[in-house]
Amino acid sequence: MAAKLQKPEELLKIDYNKPGNKDWMDTPVEFREGMFCWGAKGKDLKTLELPNARDWSPKEEDWKLPENWKDTILEALADRLSKYRSFRLFMDICVRCGACADKCHFFIGGGDPKNMPVLRAELMRSVYRKYHTTGGKIFGKTAGARELTLDVLKEWWYYFFQCTECRRCSVFCPYGIDTAEITMMGREFLNLLGLNTGWISGPVANCYMKGNHLGLEPHTIKSSIEFFLDDIETVTGIKIEPTFNRKGAEILFVTPSGDLFADPGTYTAMGYLMLFHELGLDYTWSTYASEGGNFGFFTSNEMAKRLNSKIYAEAKRLGVKWILGGECGHMWRVLSQYMDTWNGPADFLEVPKSPITGTVFDNAKSTKMVHVTEFTADLIKNGKLKLDPSRNDHLKVTYHDSCNTARGMGLLEEPRYVLKNVCNHFYEMPDNTIREQTFCCGSGTGLNASENMELRMRGGLPRANAVKHVRDQHGVNMLANICAIDRATLKASMEYWVPDVSVCGTHELVGNALVMKGEKERTQDLRMEPLPGKEGKE
Amino acid sequence: MMLKNLLSEKRAAILERWLDIILESYPADTSNFLRQQKNRFANPVGAAISQGINGLFEELLNGKSSDEISPFLDNVIRIRAVQDFTPSKAVSFIFLLKKVIREVLEKEISENRFSDELSALDADIDNMAMEAFDIYVKCREKLYDIKANEVRRMTFRLLQRANLICELSEQEQELIDIKNLNVKRKEVTK
Amino acid sequence: MKILFPFFAVIALILLAFAGIKTANMQFLFGVVIPYAALGIFTLGVIYRVVKWGTSPVPFRIPTTCGQQKSLPWIKQNKIENPSGSLGVIIRMALEVLVFRSLFRNLKTELKEGKVVYGWEKWLWMAGLAFHWSFLIILVRHFRFFMQDVPSVIKIIESLDSFLQVGVPLLYLTDIILLLAVTYLFIRRVYLPQIKYISLAADYFPLFLILGIAVTGVLMRYFFKVHIVGVKVLAMGLVSFTPSIPEGIGALFYVHLFLICVLFAYFPFSKLMHLAGVFMSPTRNLANNSREVRHINPWNYPVHVHTYEEYENDFRDKMKAAGLPVEKE
Repeated sequence: MAAKLQKPEELLKIDYNKPGNKDWMDTPVEFREGMFCWGAKGKDLKTLELPNARDWSPKEEDWKLPENWKDTILEALADRLSKYRSFRLFMDICVRCGACADKCHFFIGGGDPKNMPVLRAELMRSVYRKYHTTGGKIFGKTAGARELTLDVLKEWWYYFFQCTECRRCSVFCPYGIDTAEITMMGREFLNLLGLNTGWISGPVANCYMKGNHLGLEPHTIKSSIEFFLDDIETVTGIKIEPTFNRKGAEILFVTPSGDLFADPGTYTAMGYLMLFHELGLDYTWSTYASEGGNFGFFTSNEMAKRLNSKIYAEAKRLGVKWILGGECGHMWRVLSQYMDTWNGPADFLEVPKSPITGTVFDNAKSTKMVHVTEFTADLIKNGKLKLDPSRNDHLKVTYHDSCNTARGMGLLEEPRYVLKNVCNHFYEMPDNTIREQTFCCGSGTGLNASENMELRMRGGLPRANAVKHVRDQHGVNMLANICAIDRATLKASMEYWVPDVSVCGTHELVGNALVMKGEKERTQDLRMEPLPGKEGKE
Repeated sequence: MMLKNLLSEKRAAILERWLDIILESYPADTSNFLRQQKNRFANPVGAAISQGINGLFEELLNGKSSDEISPFLDNVIRIRAVQDFTPSKAVSFIFLLKKVIREVLEKEISENRFSDELSALDADIDNMAMEAFDIYVKCREKLYDIKANEVRRMTFRLLQRANLICELSEQEQELIDIKNLNVKRKEVTK
Repeated sequence: MKILFPFFAVIALILLAFAGIKTANMQFLFGVVIPYAALGIFTLGVIYRVVKWGTSPVPFRIPTTCGQQKSLPWIKQNKIENPSGSLGVIIRMALEVLVFRSLFRNLKTELKEGKVVYGWEKWLWMAGLAFHWSFLIILVRHFRFFMQDVPSVIKIIESLDSFLQVGVPLLYLTDIILLLAVTYLFIRRVYLPQIKYISLAADYFPLFLILGIAVTGVLMRYFFKVHIVGVKVLAMGLVSFTPSIPEGIGALFYVHLFLICVLFAYFPFSKLMHLAGVFMSPTRNLANNSREVRHINPWNYPVHVHTYEEYENDFRDKMKAAGLPVEKE
């Protein structure tokens, strides 16, 4: 061999900085394979009428930026500072106490210091100081200020697309500084230069034109659901006939399209279909507003609003009374904290009232949109469902709180109540990994691509580690959640870290346990796997 | 005195030094985080490494019970396989155990003659390293599997819709079952 | 550099005041002009900053919810960590401001003998609380210099603060606590590599400055007595806008006063503004009721959307073929 072999310890110590050698500002960003997504495609940006539409690759030196890119960003920075108190305040008041540092799943699982929330925010603050504070203008680097350069821009791109906007850091910050606010602004700026990721802008373009992220056309949505109906008939012997785009229905049902498409989300969709059928609910699906999620939210405020507008528009067109929303994380952050402000008031709708129990959902009297676990929990509490939790006895279930429903809404007990009623074996993960302190799946905010798998696995480690703990302690084999992205990405994360734990939506377990009128004896669960004790009966 | 007794006596010192060396392979800020944060849930990487090397050391002393893969090794390598390490860097920490042992037991090794036992131990460590490499490759393969599986999950329903996936008829299924049964029988008779 | 620059800056400030008094007799400048200027900068600066924050609207209702929401009547809402009304918000903010609720959350789970136990990780919280509260008490104690008759509240605080009854003059507990807490906060910043990595000169400067103020104060009270009656005359003169410079106040006092002035003048331009900022943080000071009451964004503007009509035009044939209802045949 020509090259001299290195001794192991040399191998280990190679090209790492020794403590305190370098300031973070002097450490240029290095694009590591597996840590970032491919660039947005020109055609998608064009569809969305977004600036600088062209194909580009983050790996190449030339990002094909417009001449005046710097002015564009600096103007936008000044503009957003005047529009968002959160942004302006969070630029100013951080004392760098470090309480947030070890709260980020990417930092915990990977260890890159620029993934500490405080430093991620400093990437932006340093530029803010240079152009908007006296100290920064005069003292420059000593005051923690730096010029906006191409390297800084690339560093922004790399790290703002390594944040899932999960807001866990903001729970621990003594001033409530929310890195998501900063990351969202950062992504908004980058989008002014056409610097989105393909995995985000593709779904956004789909959703804009076709009504859902996956680009399912109206007839495809119908046929997708028809496939579920066949499976449901096989399992229960009951033929369900849902309606689509039906005017005059009482309720419009909106759920993330991912659940129409890929397992295990599909089983959750089956659960909805069975539940609504059993209740005889007067509801309809929409093919136009066929997306609950909103990848526009990971692009810019404006893009999010453009996509979100369809839900109220469709509710108005169909003349429904209120809207029921399926299991999804960021969808509910948008629905509870943004939708009404953007596209309200929804004065053409009525305050949601469960036609089964008569319960009025006063907590949603302005948005007119109810979370399906709120709806189901109310049904169970009022004894309106016949449930046989023993049909989930082959499962030992734990529950993963989605970041957004936990920290952007506070929907904590409803899904737990549902789960505890539909299965007999339920175990919580350790306290500081659930509820408001829940760990992200590691792939939220449009980071669930496959080219950044290493990033996802690192980010998923803290969650997986807690799952592993309950698996070892209680033999947990099912990770329930209420999020379509979780269902897709935790599956991958479990496959790598805790291979014997599966992932499901909460309403899949509801579907399993639901005793339906006129059903045949169930021998299979919704996954068409034999129920315990019923093997070989068919 | 047997080498293994000595190792077990100096266990704490060896493990501490070994952990230090492993943590040094991370960038400064990271390694300090891994070192200081004791919480297993807030610091799964550090916890897995320190628990992992404890278990590995135990296995070296007592001999591993079977040919099955060491869960301790798996825990450590699984993490390093998704961090910024080249394959060689990811597994090199195992070889360093030799150096650590020689450092910690410098006096004893020079006084006594453990050479036979020492070379046996070295061989065990080498085996462990090879196993680590196997695990590393499996982890990387797993990552590619996961990528492929994700695509498969997404396309499965599409294919099903396009009637490109046909359910096996009962007859075909029976045939397959019979075939499987025959295979199993053969295995049993062997 | 990040540490040395602010350190020497504070040393220079001390020397400046010392030299100004000792060699140039600039008592009037350091005793009257600078304090007025500093107070002016502080007041105007803080108002300016707060107004500037205030002029940026809060377009969305984005509280970070840290407990169960208000939903069904039989599910117990966490009214403080996830408030749906003003009272809850006030309590949440009070806990945040007075006892640093969020920092307190810094709870850690540890694995001991195979069991999960809840460890204790509240050093930062304790030091922060000790620092801020002792600083406040010391500040309040100093009001005795600005009032002809010392109000009983201040006397009570003083007697509580010196309840140990040691030393002449009596030792104030807060003096010790402040020194210890500031020292801890400094050591932490230097010792913990992550914190050191994220720290800026602007993080060390106020620490050194406050340390300087505390040390000069302690020296004056316990070791090198200054002419205390003179200090009170000076202070009363300042508040009554009839400034005079009494004779015989030591240079140490002027150093102490000058550092305080620097701190006040520096305040509005620095991270110390978190004092005011914490009250305005939208993730904490808003009720989580955006589903119940519509939150208004003053700059909400119409956007280009893809309407149902356009959608149906794109897919009408396919929809009809699939038996989906359409608006136009």
